[in-house]
Amino acid sequence: MKNLNRYGYFFIAPFWIIFLVFNIYPVALTFYYSFTNYSGSGVAEVVGLANYQRLLTDTFFVEAFFNTWKIWGINFALQIGIALILAAIFSDMRVKMKGLAFFRSIFYLPNLITVSSVALLFGILLDWQHGSLNIVLMNLGLISQPINWLNEPATAQLSVSLILTWMWFGHSFIVVMAGVSGISKDYYEAALIDGATRMQTFFHITLPLLKPILLYIMITSLIGGLQLFDLPMLLTDGIGSPDGSLNTMVLYLYNQAFKYNNYGYAAAVAYGLFIITIIFSAIVFKSMYRNERKQARQV
Amino acid sequence: MIDRTELEKGVPQNHESEKVLLPHEMKIKKRRSMVKGIIYALLILMAIVCFIPFLMMLVNATRSNDAILTGFTLIPGSSLLENYRTMMEYVNIWNGFKNSLIISVLVTVLTGYFSALTAYGFAFYEFKGKNGLFVFMLVMMMVPGQLGLIGFYELSKTLGILDTFIPLIVPAIASPFVVFFLRQYIKTTLHPSLIEAARIDGASELRIFHTVAIPIMMPAVATMSIFTFIGSWNNYIMPLVILFSPEKYTLPVLMGFLKGSQVAQNLGSMYLGIAISVVPIMIAFLFLSKYIINSISAGAVKE
Repeated sequence: MKNLNRYGYFFIAPFWIIFLVFNIYPVALTFYYSFTNYSGSGVAEVVGLANYQRLLTDTFFVEAFFNTWKIWGINFALQIGIALILAAIFSDMRVKMKGLAFFRSIFYLPNLITVSSVALLFGILLDWQHGSLNIVLMNLGLISQPINWLNEPATAQLSVSLILTWMWFGHSFIVVMAGVSGISKDYYEAALIDGATRMQTFFHITLPLLKPILLYIMITSLIGGLQLFDLPMLLTDGIGSPDGSLNTMVLYLYNQAFKYNNYGYAAAVAYGLFIITIIFSAIVFKSMYRNERKQARQV
Repeated sequence: MIDRTELEKGVPQNHESEKVLLPHEMKIKKRRSMVKGIIYALLILMAIVCFIPFLMMLVNATRSNDAILTGFTLIPGSSLLENYRTMMEYVNIWNGFKNSLIISVLVTVLTGYFSALTAYGFAFYEFKGKNGLFVFMLVMMMVPGQLGLIGFYELSKTLGILDTFIPLIVPAIASPFVVFFLRQYIKTTLHPSLIEAARIDGASELRIFHTVAIPIMMPAVATMSIFTFIGSWNNYIMPLVILFSPEKYTLPVLMGFLKGSQVAQNLGSMYLGIAISVVPIMIAFLFLSKYIINSISAGAVKE
């Protein structure tokens, strides 16, 4: 029989041609630009490491870095907390809740909606004087003065965190539930027979066995969170108002490149962001893994 | 007696109704159903909180600007048509809809077909450099999309395809994650002997791919297609960078455009515009929710 293995190249060729042109080349080109002062037109002059030096001392970038973390951190804590509580409720063998499919769908729904629509919607719902949210909260008597959500740095960041939580807790809940349903029922039955309380069951069976799933949620959420762009871009004026509090790293990258024509510097911002993503993914991965080993030793 | 101790420990009951309950068993049961009631109430409250922004959007889309400014009510207004006319005067939202649909459908088809092709090539042929290429692809999978953004824009400029759909559609041919997923799938579902049999029957390699491999891969392709479509439909930063002409805007970019336009003066029209961008997805979700949720679960557990 003649050798058919060379056909393999034909099968993977379209992928690699497009991948090289539209993926690898742009990544490499961006890398090159990060060492130049390219401004979108004219000649790109090589300036060495100047862009990266500027990056390290750029207070706006540092601010964007911390903003991104604050916004993501609050959102993640809430999101994973809610997801775990919901999972604990729905997996409890004693209470046996019904309606999992229904609640799962409702909780997941916000995740499917285009982020720019979400941003626009909350932009007007959260309006200080005329936003429906303030009106409803005042009618219910929960607040006496309208809250200027998007005009104070603290509340603006909190708003973004809460919107993100609203968008993502349903997704995390589904993933956590998938993990929980993968845990053998034998553990829970054994715990029941031993007379373990709900808390003990949750902290000593569910949580440790969910570790791989939680790691998955954390890393995907972190990578997504570090790329936060649509919401802060469309919620306020697109440059991070109020007071730079919604200035995230990708928003900064976008504005440096396409608003101020600092392509060279923006390219360095892109690589800075990339390095940060790698470092933090590695830290998350390592720390989870180390905990696991520590526990194994204790046993 | 055995039954009772089991009940106290909460082992699932199947014959509860047939049994005579002792007083303290009744108490446990009663307390348990009360706790259950409270939890249900909280869950329903959460569901309402989840849904209320959409509800506000739908109601406000039917109310006039003045009515929205003065207060909130759950009773729909009568300004739906007027809001629609005001919005259409400035922004043709259906055009954005059409553009998004064209791009997302083409992206989904290209991703599905070419990823299957590539996955098949990686799974069933032995050639030099195969493993190296596969590992390289996996490494590139980790690279976030924004890393090459500036280079991508410059490349599109050089190729003269800025302000066209090409840079938004063609790159879909190379989707590392989908290739990875499909390769794992077909490795476990398609036995090489099936391919050998087709070869002996005289089928060409491409024909084997089309008639043997594709049907087997279809469930996995469908799963990935849902996510590809949603991802493309919701993509904001790429079309924002690539497209300049308002008549070419996709829905997400058009949303941003809506915010900066005259329509923003009329809140009712704004709500309506947002509602038009949101409602079709909600309807689609109504039919696909079970499928989508199962796909998310499957994807998470596998990795």
